[in-house]
Amino acid sequence: MKVSITVNGAPHEADIEPRRLLVDFLRDDLGLKGTNIGCDTSQCGACTVHVNGRPVKSCTILAVQADDASVTTIEGLSGNGQLHPMQEAFREMHGLQCGFCTSGMIMAAVKLVEDGGDLSELGIRHGLEGNLCRCTGYENIVRSIQHVVREMAAHAPLEGDEAMEHHRTLREAEEMAGRRQS
Amino acid sequence: MTDRPFGASLKRVEDARLITGNGRYTNNLYQPGMLHLAVVRSPYAHARILSIDTAEAAGMPGVMGVFTGQELRDAGFGGIPCAWVVPDSDTKTPEHPPIAVDTVRYVGDAVAIVVAETEQQARDATYAVDVDYDVLDAVTDGRGATADGAPQLHDDVENNLCFHWTVSGGDIDAAFAAADVVVTETIINQRLIPVAMEPRAALARWDVAMEELTLWVTSQNPHIARFLLSLDTGIPEHKIRVIAPDVGGGFGSKIAHYPEDSMVIFASQKTGRPVKWNESRSENFLATTHGRDHHQEVEMAATSDGKILGLRAKVWANLGAYLSTASTGVPTILHGLMLSGAYTLPAVHEDVYGVFTNTTPVDAYRGAGRPEATFMVERMMDLVAQKIGMDPVEVRRKNLIPPFTEGHEVITGLVYDTGNYEPALDLAMEMVDYPALRKRQAQLREQGRYIGIGVVTYTEICGLGPSEVAGAVGFGGGLWESAIVRFHPSGKVNVMVGVSPHGQGEGTTFAQIVGDQLGLPVGDVEIIYGDTDLTPMGWGTYGSRTTPVASGAIMGAIAKIKDKGVKIAAHLLEASTEDIEFADGKFSVKGSRDKSMTIQDIALAANTAWDMPQGVEPGLEASAFFNPSNFVYPFGTHIAVVEVDPETGEIELQRYAAVDDCGPIINPMIVEGQIHGGIVQGVGQALWEEAGYDEKGSLVTGTLMDYAIPKAESFPSFELGKTETPTPVNPLGVKGVGETGTIASTPTVYNAVMDALLPFGVKTIDMPMTPERVWRAIRDAEGGH
Amino acid sequence: MDNTSFDYQRPATLEEAFGLLSVEGARPLAGGHSLLPAMKLRVSNPTALVDISRIPGMEAIEQSGGGLTIGALTTHEAVAASSVVTADCPLLAETAGHIGDAQVRARGTIGGSIAHADPSADYPTALLALGATVNTASAGGTRQIAAGDFFVDIFTTALRPGELVTSVTVPSMPPGTGSAYLKHRHPASSYAVVGVAALVMMDGASITSARLVVGGVVGKPVTVDVSGLVGQAPSVEAFATAAAAVEGALENPIGDLYASGEFRVHLAGVLAKRALAAAAERAAG
Repeated sequence: MKVSITVNGAPHEADIEPRRLLVDFLRDDLGLKGTNIGCDTSQCGACTVHVNGRPVKSCTILAVQADDASVTTIEGLSGNGQLHPMQEAFREMHGLQCGFCTSGMIMAAVKLVEDGGDLSELGIRHGLEGNLCRCTGYENIVRSIQHVVREMAAHAPLEGDEAMEHHRTLREAEEMAGRRQS
Repeated sequence: MTDRPFGASLKRVEDARLITGNGRYTNNLYQPGMLHLAVVRSPYAHARILSIDTAEAAGMPGVMGVFTGQELRDAGFGGIPCAWVVPDSDTKTPEHPPIAVDTVRYVGDAVAIVVAETEQQARDATYAVDVDYDVLDAVTDGRGATADGAPQLHDDVENNLCFHWTVSGGDIDAAFAAADVVVTETIINQRLIPVAMEPRAALARWDVAMEELTLWVTSQNPHIARFLLSLDTGIPEHKIRVIAPDVGGGFGSKIAHYPEDSMVIFASQKTGRPVKWNESRSENFLATTHGRDHHQEVEMAATSDGKILGLRAKVWANLGAYLSTASTGVPTILHGLMLSGAYTLPAVHEDVYGVFTNTTPVDAYRGAGRPEATFMVERMMDLVAQKIGMDPVEVRRKNLIPPFTEGHEVITGLVYDTGNYEPALDLAMEMVDYPALRKRQAQLREQGRYIGIGVVTYTEICGLGPSEVAGAVGFGGGLWESAIVRFHPSGKVNVMVGVSPHGQGEGTTFAQIVGDQLGLPVGDVEIIYGDTDLTPMGWGTYGSRTTPVASGAIMGAIAKIKDKGVKIAAHLLEASTEDIEFADGKFSVKGSRDKSMTIQDIALAANTAWDMPQGVEPGLEASAFFNPSNFVYPFGTHIAVVEVDPETGEIELQRYAAVDDCGPIINPMIVEGQIHGGIVQGVGQALWEEAGYDEKGSLVTGTLMDYAIPKAESFPSFELGKTETPTPVNPLGVKGVGETGTIASTPTVYNAVMDALLPFGVKTIDMPMTPERVWRAIRDAEGGH
Repeated sequence: MDNTSFDYQRPATLEEAFGLLSVEGARPLAGGHSLLPAMKLRVSNPTALVDISRIPGMEAIEQSGGGLTIGALTTHEAVAASSVVTADCPLLAETAGHIGDAQVRARGTIGGSIAHADPSADYPTALLALGATVNTASAGGTRQIAAGDFFVDIFTTALRPGELVTSVTVPSMPPGTGSAYLKHRHPASSYAVVGVAALVMMDGASITSARLVVGGVVGKPVTVDVSGLVGQAPSVEAFATAAAAVEGALENPIGDLYASGEFRVHLAGVLAKRALAAAAERAAG
């Protein structure tokens, strides 16, 4: 089947089998190897890209479903030789170790922050439900995202916020526990 | 004090490519003319192969060939070797054919391979291979497999018993006879699936003209892979190049030489084209080694005032269907020898039975034997505390080995290097304000809320290791390390090492060491690893060895570089070598600071060799090997606070504090990252993970929909502290830290939950502590209400 | 994808879709987040996929006659984020926000989800509690099927072959109504091991109506009779008594490696009383 998909701003025409997953199209047909495949049941999120501005697991969408769509992969996140602030944050805060989950994690994190919503530590942790990491224990991924949130909000890092964060987490935990007593 | 690279949280050099999608993972690689290989795997746990009909598959679009185990055998491919055969244990090493020939022994065991133009075509064709099986009974539990009448996996391995290993020290019978208190427990240290985020892959290119093999593979130890491949493929070692490019996590599951390595090599030789294989996650669950799987029956003897007298245990270690590369060493040497933990243990006796079952082979998994020891010891300590009515921290304090800097021999025969356990314990207690926590616990209990506090004081054995010990315990190689430090004419440096990091950051931290020692900008030093053609022989990355052992080799090479630099500088500065000092990257004449040369000057001079001192060769390059005199023993205290909802059995991890001592820290950011990741994996075992088999031997937790690895939302922010006790074992005094988090966190969280449930009289819960198991334990303890 | 080959068509109208779906082995495709995972596991092997995701007229959220009509192609994230749904029918918005994860919510649709009728899904529970109506269309015309009749059993709905969900109509929650959706998530799959939806209407200090639906425990969501709460003041005892009816309402519960049927029934009772309490609190507030 013939499709037209714009990937990282560049239009592509292709004739592909319906069963070709978007992730395989990106990796093998377009040579964009930055998006990784970590599972086969749509849990791990390593394959997350943006389709029409939304975070999507590219292993759970056929390339033909992305016909006429605009797709952004990790390769398209930086521009003009400059890294996206989320990429910078992951390096700054050590949000990756082996790197295999990182492309999908960064793509998901970008949308998490852009969409707004609850960007407290707990909100960020819940927002990462669709992305698994086995190396980092998530701590520094959360800090990377918080770094971006802070930079966006205040253009300057807060002082002592790590400690404040911990105490707030503890308070939240108590409140949650309190709510369970009905 | 200037801003030294050593001790600085420098950002990683590895990140630039990984945050931009330019990671060179094996499944991203391409070779011209590349074919794809897919594996036909047995759906049965135990069966005879009666016939394999490959005709239909062979005729499918794009298929170049379909091959069976017999064809590999005929081509000279031998069984996969086990590289660690524990001595004095009557260890059996049955054949492990890369593709099963007459019998399949676990679900996932390979039966045939398809080679095709595309991955899709190869996978499609696997469904058309028709295998006729005679299904046999299967056995999956380690303990049950040794019983008479259980299905037998291998000829000549009676009762499926691979080995019987023991460790003994002191007078165990006397210890139990003298005990005021004996606590007994059956512990299931359950089977886990490592789930490195990158599934395995291998790409073989057989160069017909040169008769050379290049294998790109997701390996933690390319030199070991090369050595083992030379044994079972018939290709001489010096004609094999193994490259581990970027590897997406291993945790032990990428140590082994796997059957698929042999398969792609065979296929490449057969077709004359490069051949790539990669596993799906479902295949990874079946075909990549699992971890843990101990059944432990344990007793601890103590006095009524909390002094431990002895520990006795019987362990059935499930090895799976075949021996993997390091299988026999993990539940024996790396486990039984650590039963003393951080305590003075006067007497010990453990019997470990290694057992074959119709399950995926078991090998090292983060901690590799030490989690199984530490959990045992730490659980028993809490049980003793409960039995005598003493605070679990006090019991630990009473038994902690007093501080030592010059080696301390424990009852199992190991000599720990250095230890100072109490300050770490005190620091952790202070960080959480332990007395306040206990007060809060009491107050909450009155309100019908149940929090629990778990405290673990651990030490562990890593930095593998002294090669003499390796040989003595049956490891088929050395455990030393190597480094070449090479200065280019421009003064830039490459350091080639025999280890193979895959996310741990030594590409950065080793540059920090070299930069620090030689006064170089860290950006001028590039570390090269993972390619057997480019690097000297070494033993890879596992067992938290990369930094403690390879840093010794790097320091050895650096010493030679400094020495040579002094000679060249003395010659060029017309001074005697005694008058040359080296600091901040400069060789200077003492007392005459303007008479100096930078190390870059020396590098250029040495490389052009226009004017060299007598007897000194050109070049500024040095190679060193470092054989550590001992293992290293990091230690610390972890404390977890959980709350249990007794109505639902749900557990909330509210706080987690970790004080770890790995000696001097090269890069605090990287060390903390290792601890974070380690903690989370260990909590996974305590609360969520279990690889389960049904009675037919099918893996029922076959995907990430069933097997729950930890997610971000389940954790608070971690509170980390440290103490720093160097080791004399290597020049920098550093210990490993890659596995401590996992080793400590499983019992820390487990003990915290059990502490929360004390008021209910719950005695034991099998891991993982799912809500249902917690709820049932409470219900059953309360008498079924 | 590790799956058998199939044809793919993308009809521009419903009529076209009905024609394509009349072929044996053809299945409709919207977000694909129920169907594609099943196909990868080779549990589902359609010979043709009929992509209905671009047929116009099925992605809007409209207010109509005392309720909301939500187009079948509306994504979970759109429902969760909709200010209209949050204001008019907060139970639905809350439930949608619990489905899967962010990426799943960006693609999964309400029509696709309910047509799939996974017993561990979230929407069916909430829709039954709300007394929703499922609007369908086929070559033979349109139907309006009450949620209670729509969900028949595990992966089984009242849909006839070739019939598509076009929208879901939910009555607006009246003023003075509070609601809550509580879910015990499977730690691996994120599905509802147990999902409980509660609606409580208050007049002053006493409860004037209450509804409780339990999902995840048997093949389809089950309404539990909590009418005994009417006329009572909210209290721990009242909700505990009402939740006691849960056990009897759940026959032949589903069990798996993670949670047995017995445990699910127990959990349902606990979540029921908590959901009722939370709903009552929100009704008052």
